[in-house]
Amino acid sequence: MSNKTLFLQGNAVCVEAALYAGLDFFAGYPITPSTEIAELLSLKLPRKGGKFIQMEDEIASMCAIIGASLTGLKSMTATSGPGFSLKQEAIGYAVMTEIPCVIVNVQRGGPSTGLPTSPSQGDVMQARWGTHGDHSIITLTASNHQDVFAMTVEAFNLAETYRTPVILLFDEVIGHMREKLQMPDPEDIPLVERLWTSVKEGTDFHPYLPREDGRLPMSDFGGIHRYNVTGLIHDMWGFPSNKPDVAHGLMHHLVDKIENRVHEITRYKEFFLDDAECILISYGSAARSALHVVESRRARGEALGLLELQTLWPFPAEVVRKRCAHAKYLLVVELNMGQILQEVKKAVMDPEKVFLSNKIDGTFITPTDIRNVLRLIQGKGV
Amino acid sequence: MAIRDYIRERFMPHIWCPGCGHGIVMNNLIRAVENLELRKRDIVMVSGIGCSARISGYLDFHTLHTLHGRALAFATGVKMARPELRILVPMGDGDATAIGGNHFIHAARRNIDLTAVIMNNRIYGMTGGQYSPLSGRGKAATTAPLGNIDQAFDIADLAMSAGASFVARTTTYHAVSMIKILEKAIMHKGFSVVEILTQCPTYFGRKNRLGSAVDMMKAYKTGTTPVGSEAKKEDPELIERGIFVEEDRPEYCTEYENIIKKAMGVH
Ligand code: SF4
Repeated sequence: MSNKTLFLQGNAVCVEAALYAGLDFFAGYPITPSTEIAELLSLKLPRKGGKFIQMEDEIASMCAIIGASLTGLKSMTATSGPGFSLKQEAIGYAVMTEIPCVIVNVQRGGPSTGLPTSPSQGDVMQARWGTHGDHSIITLTASNHQDVFAMTVEAFNLAETYRTPVILLFDEVIGHMREKLQMPDPEDIPLVERLWTSVKEGTDFHPYLPREDGRLPMSDFGGIHRYNVTGLIHDMWGFPSNKPDVAHGLMHHLVDKIENRVHEITRYKEFFLDDAECILISYGSAARSALHVVESRRARGEALGLLELQTLWPFPAEVVRKRCAHAKYLLVVELNMGQILQEVKKAVMDPEKVFLSNKIDGTFITPTDIRNVLRLIQGKGV
Repeated sequence: MAIRDYIRERFMPHIWCPGCGHGIVMNNLIRAVENLELRKRDIVMVSGIGCSARISGYLDFHTLHTLHGRALAFATGVKMARPELRILVPMGDGDATAIGGNHFIHAARRNIDLTAVIMNNRIYGMTGGQYSPLSGRGKAATTAPLGNIDQAFDIADLAMSAGASFVARTTTYHAVSMIKILEKAIMHKGFSVVEILTQCPTYFGRKNRLGSAVDMMKAYKTGTTPVGSEAKKEDPELIERGIFVEEDRPEYCTEYENIIKKAMGVH
């Protein structure tokens, strides 16, 4: 870690981290509360020789980053709820064509135009299932600026490793809040660069033939290999195919490359879990209030713990099951009507011990809100 | 190089119906590239969805077969990232002007150096013959069984008013001049639009009783006239073909290079 301490908005931290990770191309469209990311990059990208473009709409910006990524550039877009909805078809295209890219969604209240300047975590399920068809996707989140930095770099690394779109699910509180960031030095955090093919010019190159370790070496558009990329089910040459075995194989490859590596993709933090009788499970900005409750109750000798999820998708079911097995109650704290709650219930042996503390009115969940639910669970009355 | 050196035989047979105009366009695109002596590895072809969009897969360039209507948005990303590449964007009329209309006018407005080749057969062929923004009032389509009441666009007018710096129209009947126009469009620095009237005998032709593919092509001969000709004054129904605009205007990626220089403090 450098001695360089910055005091920044979360959106600005995301920008610093993306540049640290090697971002070269950004396409976006103005939308609250993510706009600062586009504004900052419109100056910072050309300063390093990178490219910024404000496209005509959200769909176009998603398509543009996929095109740029194919030429070898690390690419990103940023948006919020309504824009995230519009991008879904193209996110599915990036899944199908295995083109690395990062999509930041600074969540606001929804559905529809909702509460544009208020925090929410209502897009958790949309991040998972927003695009049509069976598929897998990686989604990360963070509760403080140091972690926003770390998870943003992680998002680029995972996108390159698995050749997949990665969604960074922040929220209005994280995006607009200002707090300290200890700026990592170059090389403090390892970066994953694109895996380029070693196949020589003139040799038959199979753009969609994974290596034994599951990774798929790429050749840049404009480079020595010419190949076809399509959103249709395709074979190892990228040629469209409707053969059942090709379709079956590709669907399994796309899903398995992520679902079989949940343990490698899972990032989480834990606080006082070992002897906790009651475990709070939270993520993003809501985890700040959850941590406050846990720390203050611990100071009074109560056996509370916090499991903070940073990887939301693929859902770390095994971590939740194992780390929470001994607890009497689990309390999921989130800013939606129970989207992660359902996943936690599915993951644990006894779902009836899982409770919800949430807020959906556009205001931030406070420690008092959480304490009130705890009192109910612990039978202490309202 | 021989024509077949540009074709991916692995992809054959193609999906097009007998008599479809798309094969003529593909053939002429290859000839234009061949005449210009461009290297295959310097060409990226980006297409959307539709019968015409399948051209990309058949050709041995870097080929990106994307989403319905979005070809120009993907192409913009590729071009911004690698301005030295030549980007050809074959599109259908529905692809370019209905679902992709927004991207079309904005690519034209930016004057980004892409070559949009719009195969206008006035119908959605791949989905079986629904009316497009180019079908025109009174025409028949599977979704206009009682006659189409939608007014049509004029693609060339639309492209010109949106800011495209090269705009031309040709037809599958005028194959020789089509090659010349495509060559100019590809070499033009800026957003170029070539509208090609092309026959869909299977749906537009059949639904509107226009006869065989050959009959439809003959109608392109008799129904069009070179731009600025006397014939147009006598018969306003005639459709003009040729180059409408060919102007030197600031190109988007070149302009962005200057932004980078400014940002880096190089003057
Ligand atoms: S449906 Fe029409 S446009 Fe499509 S391949 Fe057949 S003739 Fe061509």
